[in-house]
Amino acid sequence: MTDTLNNDTAGAGVNDAGYATFTAGGFTFRRDEYFATIEWPTGSHQLAIDSFLRSMQRDVAWGFFYGIVNFDEVFGTMNHYGNVDMFAGRFNEAYRKAEVDYSENFDHDVLIECFKAILSDWTNEGYDPFAAPMETGSAFGPSKGTNDAAVTRRRVVADRMVGVPGDEQIRSDETGFPINRGFEDVPQDEPIVRAEAGYEDEVCSFNLFAYLSRSDVTWNPSVVSACKESLYCPTTEEYILPVIHGNDRVEWFVQLSDEIQWDVEDRDTGAKRARVVMKAGDVAAMPADIRHQGYSPKRSMLLVWENGSPRIPEMIAKGEATVHPVDF
Amino acid sequence: MNQYTTVFGSLSDFEKGRVDIVDDDPKYYAFSNVYDVASRSGPYEKVAVAKNLEYVLEAIRAEGTSEWRATPHDEFALVMDGTVIVELLDPAEQLIDPDASGSIGLDAQPSGTRMGRVIAGRGHMAMLPAGRVYRFVADEPAVILLQTIEGPDTVYKWADICQTV
Ligand SMILES: [Fe+2]
Repeated sequence: MTDTLNNDTAGAGVNDAGYATFTAGGFTFRRDEYFATIEWPTGSHQLAIDSFLRSMQRDVAWGFFYGIVNFDEVFGTMNHYGNVDMFAGRFNEAYRKAEVDYSENFDHDVLIECFKAILSDWTNEGYDPFAAPMETGSAFGPSKGTNDAAVTRRRVVADRMVGVPGDEQIRSDETGFPINRGFEDVPQDEPIVRAEAGYEDEVCSFNLFAYLSRSDVTWNPSVVSACKESLYCPTTEEYILPVIHGNDRVEWFVQLSDEIQWDVEDRDTGAKRARVVMKAGDVAAMPADIRHQGYSPKRSMLLVWENGSPRIPEMIAKGEATVHPVDF
Repeated sequence: MNQYTTVFGSLSDFEKGRVDIVDDDPKYYAFSNVYDVASRSGPYEKVAVAKNLEYVLEAIRAEGTSEWRATPHDEFALVMDGTVIVELLDPAEQLIDPDASGSIGLDAQPSGTRMGRVIAGRGHMAMLPAGRVYRFVADEPAVILLQTIEGPDTVYKWADICQTV
């Protein structure tokens, strides 16, 4: 009966709805037709399965991302880059006060394999957790097929820049990236590039807005250009950021098109700190001690700008990097 | 059928959002707008709109012909409004320490080999390759967002450009 993944993460048998149950350390994950139910030694929690799968998809695709990925106000992961904490109630003041919060540390590879297995088993045919709700089928109901092609999409990571020979390439109908219905009016012209012989690898340019108009995923920052550790991670957004992202470093947003509104809360307690309304051309920092969730009523283009330096969390811990972006 | 209208900004037409504070300091969000900044800048003034340790994003008002600049590492110019011609030159001699950070302006056009050029419109992103020299040309005022590292002529004026209350 036991479909063993490894010692720490074992999938148990299949339930009445046709879904496997998974365990990782003290955590157990079950799904039924509507909910994911998570149990740990001091409590339990339920999330709507569509929301759970959208969050799980981001956590897997981003390799636990920077800092904290809260699936909601109770459950999530905290990345320590190589190992990762899975927690319940750790960033929830009531759970902390009642001392029922729980956290366990896992090797990165062990937990990601468990999460990938959950995502594969619990995602039904026709449901794409990366897609906006209006662009995909239902996550609900009994187990019905899989959608592994969608949930195992490769994340784009350009080495220098998209469009440079040998690097990530631009998108087209032919490569399977039609223009999204929310971006039908985005110009598709490419820049005029005139490279002298021998300089074709260095005289490079591409239409970023057209590239983004052909993104088939939402809320999935991927690298299009890298200036040393400075990474442009644009993404297209529609509906709600599935996770509440808790920062471990300052992060910046440049709104490239349309509008997103952000709820910003204290990272540790969840107390509301601000709402940030971003329109085309707006630039805003997100301090290193907040968590945030974005709302995009129409598909929009957001440039997420990250400093990928692995030294940063330690610098913040030592007080060498401030939690605020600039002093003025 | 085109159901949706995508809203981009421009120098002549932009609308700023805002930070609505519940319990915080708006300065922590360093909230600005690249079109607003460029509309109040001189030609090719390199105004930092975002900073993360040594890395910066600069909002640049492209207008006329810029100086030639040497960059020790890749920089990336995203045209946010207008049309910008990027001219690239492979210098005959090394003009900047490859371990340096940020690009530097040159007094005159250096000797070297023409590499080619890019004509970039709104939404187009051009690479300014490491170890090379470039300049911008814009017949009409345009806006560039430059991904780079702070250099000697990066301009900081946060109090002028950011929401403070
Ligand atoms: Fe974030």
